[in-house]
Amino acid sequence: MKEGVPRLRLTRLARVWSVPCIMDYRIKLDVFEGPLDLLLYLIRKNEIDIYDIPISLITEQYISYLDAMKSLNLDLAGEYLVLAATLLHIKSRMLLPVSEEIDEEEEDPRADLVRQLLEYQAFKEAAIDLDRRKMLDRDVFTRREACDHAVEAPEGPVREIGVFELVKAFQKVMSGLPTADLNLDISADSMSLSQRISEVLDLLNERKSLTFEELLGEEGDRRVLVYTFLALLELMKMRVARAFQQGPYETIRIWLAVELEGGDADWKN
Amino acid sequence: MEELKKTVEALIFVSETPLSAKKMAELFEDASERDILEAARELADDYERRGGGLCLVEVGGGFQFRTIDSAAPWIQKLRGGKPASLSRAALETLAVVAYRQPVLKSEIERVRGVDVSAALKGLLEKNLVRIMGRKDVAGRPIIYGTTKRFLEVFGLRDLSELPTLREMKELTGEEGEGLE
Repeated sequence: MKEGVPRLRLTRLARVWSVPCIMDYRIKLDVFEGPLDLLLYLIRKNEIDIYDIPISLITEQYISYLDAMKSLNLDLAGEYLVLAATLLHIKSRMLLPVSEEIDEEEEDPRADLVRQLLEYQAFKEAAIDLDRRKMLDRDVFTRREACDHAVEAPEGPVREIGVFELVKAFQKVMSGLPTADLNLDISADSMSLSQRISEVLDLLNERKSLTFEELLGEEGDRRVLVYTFLALLELMKMRVARAFQQGPYETIRIWLAVELEGGDADWKN
Repeated sequence: MEELKKTVEALIFVSETPLSAKKMAELFEDASERDILEAARELADDYERRGGGLCLVEVGGGFQFRTIDSAAPWIQKLRGGKPASLSRAALETLAVVAYRQPVLKSEIERVRGVDVSAALKGLLEKNLVRIMGRKDVAGRPIIYGTTKRFLEVFGLRDLSELPTLREMKELTGEEGEGLE
């Protein structure tokens, strides 16, 4: 992958799958990173000026690739079809007679697509540049053992627990609350989930791990509890936090699953 | 200066992560951050002149000893396991995050034209990408950025060291559109 990434395209795969012959060469379709990548490839292959794409030709070739993919029973991601529709739409607009009334501001129907392609190409090259750098633990090494920087799960016979166990634990905490504290005061919501997520993140970042009880804290306010719990679920969904337990009825511990840099968790708009 | 250089060398050697001049300066009473920076950079030059198996690099805001890349095949054999590498999907996603951060997933998907959930998840697990927060709009989408680890892995002093995107000049009006 290090050198000449884009040249991977022509492959010997045709021997394995009998790929229908398209334009005299065979291709391994799944090396494309998506519809834009395929389109860029077609443009380069046909040596086309990206600013003046012959839409008709490109649409035809693009669609025949999709047909080939289908005939190979490759999962055709919806994104490929969306671009096919876009191409057909542009093609139809190109066929419309240009109105005589000088609508000078009217943009070339291809302009958006060209911008998108150029942008994608720029990032594709940036990705190749990144890959060419001396990458740590691949090209260069440091003194310490190669280790994942992510915080390791705790040692010992613990198991990771999922949402259901957490919900159960949460119900237990909630049922322990005096019902008298039912707060009927419908004040303007002064708390937001994103804010709570940031706070929980900060807490985890500071302490690396917390027990479930510590996290839910001494606060008896139901609303705070619910927000905290939702924040925890969000963080687990994002794979930022993980929950572990040594056995049934043991303490549940929440760990930070990634390393965060301080101070930025509350970045807002 | 020579004394300071020796101590700085020792400090960087024992540190597990890139050690910043600022942090070292806190340990000295009679040397400023500037002196230390100078000493460390001179040290880096010494190592380069020597042309040995180690070099002293400035990454992620600090200094770190690293092996020369020509030694990689042997080190990989010594350590066993397969070397770290990233798929094209991961690299492209990472590139968009690096250049466009703070960035939303929808913006990355718009640029790449494909779903990036899996790629993002992998990058989060590798600690190359982090969640910077949530945007205060409907649905509160997550905002992503790169980590310090990203700088370390790709040997960058800071984000400004990323090469300028080619073609960017031709994309006038596109920059920074993601988070308005």
